[in-house]
Amino acid sequence: MLDHTLRSLSTLLADGKASSVELCRDYLARIQALNPTLNAFITVDADKTLAEADAADARRAAGQAGPLTGVPIAHKDIFCAEGWLTTCGSKMLANFVSPYDAHVIERFKAAGMPALGKTNMDEFAMGSSNETSYFGPVKNPWDSSRVPGGSSGGSAACVAAGLAPAATGTDTGGSIRQPAALCGITGLKPTYGVVSRYGMIAFASSLDQGGPMARTAEDCAWLLNVMAGFDARDSTSLERAQEDYTRDLTKPLAGLRIGLPREFFGEGLSGDTARAVEAAIAQYRKLGAETVEVSLPNSSLSVAAYYVLAPAEASSNLSRFDGVRYGYRTPEYKDLTDMYEKTRAEGFGAEVKRRIMIGTYVLSHGYYDAYYIQAQRLRRLIANDFAEAFKACDVILGPTAPSTAFRLGEKADDPVQMYLSDIYTIAVNLAGLPGMSLPCGFDGQGLPIGLQLIGNYFGEARMLNVAHQYQLATDWHARAPQGI
Amino acid sequence: MSLSIDDVQRIAKLARIRVNAAEVAGYQTQLNGIFGLIEAMQAVDTAGVEPMSHAQDLTQRLRADAVTEPDRRQAFQAVAPQTENGLYLVPKVIE
Repeated sequence: MLDHTLRSLSTLLADGKASSVELCRDYLARIQALNPTLNAFITVDADKTLAEADAADARRAAGQAGPLTGVPIAHKDIFCAEGWLTTCGSKMLANFVSPYDAHVIERFKAAGMPALGKTNMDEFAMGSSNETSYFGPVKNPWDSSRVPGGSSGGSAACVAAGLAPAATGTDTGGSIRQPAALCGITGLKPTYGVVSRYGMIAFASSLDQGGPMARTAEDCAWLLNVMAGFDARDSTSLERAQEDYTRDLTKPLAGLRIGLPREFFGEGLSGDTARAVEAAIAQYRKLGAETVEVSLPNSSLSVAAYYVLAPAEASSNLSRFDGVRYGYRTPEYKDLTDMYEKTRAEGFGAEVKRRIMIGTYVLSHGYYDAYYIQAQRLRRLIANDFAEAFKACDVILGPTAPSTAFRLGEKADDPVQMYLSDIYTIAVNLAGLPGMSLPCGFDGQGLPIGLQLIGNYFGEARMLNVAHQYQLATDWHARAPQGI
Repeated sequence: MSLSIDDVQRIAKLARIRVNAAEVAGYQTQLNGIFGLIEAMQAVDTAGVEPMSHAQDLTQRLRADAVTEPDRRQAFQAVAPQTENGLYLVPKVIE
């Protein structure tokens, strides 16, 4: 099971060597055996999964199967799925059974891919370790004393441990790429606006973007073909022609110009990670690519700007959780304000409350220009840096995270240290560019290291090509954790 | 910049989050730590830089003024904490 990519599962189904029901039963059995240790799933519902698998088998029998029909997938619990508990990792939504499907869920249903369950995540996607989940932390399959990264930690862990062949994730400041790096899988955050946010519970709307998490770049390309596309219900969904993201996978890399931002190779980067990324650069040169040094001079300020903009948007988005229309309501209250304040105090965890308070402050009278507008100006400078860099290169390469998976609890009490785990990923969200992480080696303790690729706007197909060619020449992505 | 205990209480009030006396000092320390990180922004001269609110230059799409959604009130109210006769129940706000 661990060895299977979407492509190999698709072939098994097409050749009649397995049915979707059989595949789903196998994955559900693995989930049952390993989830008590990993805590990667919040909700599993075998009856629902098998009903969807049965429908996929019937569709195949009727000759109406697509390439991924019958191949199961797990969904981050941020995506509303009709009839499924959809918690967003929060006590606030611990009882919320969604009455509708997110666009992404509709797309996977239309492709005939059964849902294996809803994966654990940092509460409202706010976190880099999965420790802020109301449902407890996810364990890293490579070392259960360590975090899987976050916020899409359950999705990353379940793919790494072979509990699902693929999963959906979302990325506001690195929440697909950083857990993909820490769990040794491949994950992609598309250009802002490529995947609809409809039904994806909002954190910071100008930054949030859904994307695929899987074993390989090729699998991510297949999944992006399903997920991407215009949706009128998301006001920032882009009206573009449908792309085939697999179209460039087999292109040779000769002549490719890889930009190496000098700011990504300085202070704060662990030695093992720096060596693995250097080795990947050498591999790319062997494949015919040339490297050029580029500079992203304002990227060091991306974390500061992000922790103004994302909390500001979050404080607005999360005002909807007031105990009136859905979710948790405090059991005792004396008036409306009391109900709001107690509902939100009891329903939100500490990190979510911190971010709402930061956002409230930076948007408040007298501070708006000094914080919010200043952060938006920095955002422009950061985006301009990338535009300048892409004049000299086709794709930017660097580390995904400054270190490998840290220990559970190690940064849990220090928000600032936790925020700095996203130092290489956040600028990409501020600019709205596509980015991905793929495995490029292991540290001295056997923990996976992630290589980050950053593409120009709508450069997903090229970026996937660059990742796929690397994966043809290396086998880091094919390694699986021992004892799992 | 450093937030006082009163600042934290005022922000919590604006955010409609009850922060009790035992918690407020903890929030003060953590929020001040985060603002310490944020303050790095102030060192940059951004005079003349156009603020960027969004990754894409988009204009609001318009649609025909026509009913597109079916009535799903029952399904949507099924997840509400308290309803009656198709209405959401909240504590009395007008005497």
